[in-house]
Amino acid sequence: MVLIYIDQAEQEIKKASFEAVSYGAALAKQLGTNAEALLLGTVKDNVADLGKYGASKVHQVSNDALNHFDARVNATVISEAAKTLGATVVVFAHNVNGKAVAPAVAVKLGAGIVTGACALPKTDAGFIVTKTVFSGKAFASIQIDTPIKVISINQNSFGAIVSEGNAEVSPLAITVPSSNLKITSVDKIQGEVPLTEANLVVSGGRGLKGPENWGILLDLAKALGASTACSRPVSDSDWRPHHEHVGQTGLQIAPNLYIAIGISGAIQHLAGVNRSKTIVVINKDPEAPFFKAADYGVVGDAFEVVPALTAAILKSKG
Amino acid sequence: MKILVCISKTPDTTAKIAFTEGNTKFDENGVQWIINPYDEWYSLVRAIELKEKDASVTIHLVTVGGADTEPIIRKALALGGDEAIRVNNTSNDSLVVAQEIAAIAKEGAYDLVLTGKETIDYNSASIGSMLCALLDHNFVSSAVKLEIAGNTATITREIEGGEETCETALPVIISCQKGMAEQRIPNMRGIMAARTKPLKVVEASITTATTSIKNFDLPPAKSGVKLVDAGNMDELVRLLKEEAKVI
Ligand SMILES: Cc1cc2nc3c(=O)[nH]c(=O)nc-3n(C[C@H](O)[C@H](O)[C@H](O)COP(=O)(O)OP(=O)(O)OC[C@H]3O[C@@H](n4cnc5c(N)ncnc54)[C@H](O)[C@@H]3O)c2cc1C
Ligand SMILES: Nc1ncnc2c1ncn2[C@@H]1O[C@H](COP(=O)(O)O)[C@@H](O)[C@H]1O
Repeated sequence: MVLIYIDQAEQEIKKASFEAVSYGAALAKQLGTNAEALLLGTVKDNVADLGKYGASKVHQVSNDALNHFDARVNATVISEAAKTLGATVVVFAHNVNGKAVAPAVAVKLGAGIVTGACALPKTDAGFIVTKTVFSGKAFASIQIDTPIKVISINQNSFGAIVSEGNAEVSPLAITVPSSNLKITSVDKIQGEVPLTEANLVVSGGRGLKGPENWGILLDLAKALGASTACSRPVSDSDWRPHHEHVGQTGLQIAPNLYIAIGISGAIQHLAGVNRSKTIVVINKDPEAPFFKAADYGVVGDAFEVVPALTAAILKSKG
Repeated sequence: MKILVCISKTPDTTAKIAFTEGNTKFDENGVQWIINPYDEWYSLVRAIELKEKDASVTIHLVTVGGADTEPIIRKALALGGDEAIRVNNTSNDSLVVAQEIAAIAKEGAYDLVLTGKETIDYNSASIGSMLCALLDHNFVSSAVKLEIAGNTATITREIEGGEETCETALPVIISCQKGMAEQRIPNMRGIMAARTKPLKVVEASITTATTSIKNFDLPPAKSGVKLVDAGNMDELVRLLKEEAKVI
């Protein structure tokens, strides 16, 4: 059985978990077994809806203490559940919590693990998982040599596949160790889609010259319903908040559309965005390295091109 | 307080990524090796800052790797570690590396074990979480802030779309990223001092790997950028809608 961990924050299922269920369901089909989900705590979502993504069952450990993520506690509960249920593969989303807990679960299960998988494993001979390495600059195919396997899947690399279905929800009794980690505050950036979950991202670099010029970028983002990002020098100079920094040392994102405005495309910047499905580059320098990584390019002055693009988008929306 | 900082060696961020031996090995030809940026800029520098505030803090560094990691460890000592331990194991299986580090961590009874968020070559983001299971200590990942007062650590970590702050008693394992500290450059005094700081070599004790790399691939080359005239943004919108189907 393939067991998929459902990550939740503030009692809402994280978007990345739906994709993990779709991945787990496809893998289960390939292995001729079934896909079951594991939810810790209680959520506002309709849990049976996980069936739409391919889970036949949801095992729920409905202990409210589990509504706050604690890597040590969650790892214990997940590995006990996996043992009780007889899971042979445990799948996680490679999001913040998935990264924190999947390797610990692997240790507890004596399982080999591949983190950041980007495709279904090859299972005809052995069990070989492909993952991105060198910050998206290459792929590695890694064989897992243990009977139980753990995989975490890169966000937006497989896609959430929705169809019909209702999962049977069944309570699971697992002893929950007490947490000795006290959460004292949670600060969410209001009203924005988290960058790692965004489908559309508009990003600005030093070419925009200063924070006072960000209005044209924000207008474009608003017209598209996109989230905003920036290059490292921009956040280092405090033109934009640090949580917008993408790249090797910032966030790694993989949206469907990434629009880079006045960003040269240094290798360290590309490392954070090269998994985007479609890349649009707007730069006044036709020699900017970013054009080599782009699908669509506009050579021109951002201060003219960006407002024109915003107008064209608004016009197309009618 | 005793801090253990995990130091790994990675290719320089601009290194050419190529493979040899039928795409089964990373081509190390001409590659410059650096301390993994997350280890150097964030976890190590934060440990040094804690020591600057409280002279009773000791900082030990651990690396799991061959003799070729020693220049990296010396640089880390030059930045401010007190002593270093190298476990002579060249495995790149995360579980092997984590078990070697766990053995060192147990023996030294550290209050704080710091790792980077991930290495920039294999991007596993696994060692901290594995140490959590192996040592049964609390683990806070992707931390952007760390304060210590007495026996309590206050840690802020990144979550999707924001930050979360928690408190926990020591010992704790923390994986660090941007925000923790600012990059530093070793000074002459540090470089001189590093030459005589202890660097202990411990033989490998873990040999059973759970995974093995079969081969590497480079992503297919982009088919080439399609340029759109700066005066024709309607065309770009059309392409994004009809061709790329992303808006
Ligand atoms: C170890 C390491 C890690 C790093 N990590 C990161 C990281 O995570 N993320 C990151 O982004 N960087 C990172 N960097 C920095 C990176 O190397 C580059 O310096 C940085 O990405 C450059 O930012 P930029 O493109 O905004 O600025 P610049 O390189 O200065 O580029 C500005 C661009 O704007 C264009 N431009 C100027 N005026 C206009 C105009 N009016 N209209 C349109 N275009 C215009 C220019 O032609 C130029 O291409 C890292 C560096 C190192 C050494
Ligand atoms: N060989 C190693 N020796 C010491 N520390 C390591 C080693 N590999 C990884 N680490 C630590 O674990 C962190 C995460 O690495 P990884 O899980 O491999 O992505 C790194 O930033 C280091 O702090």
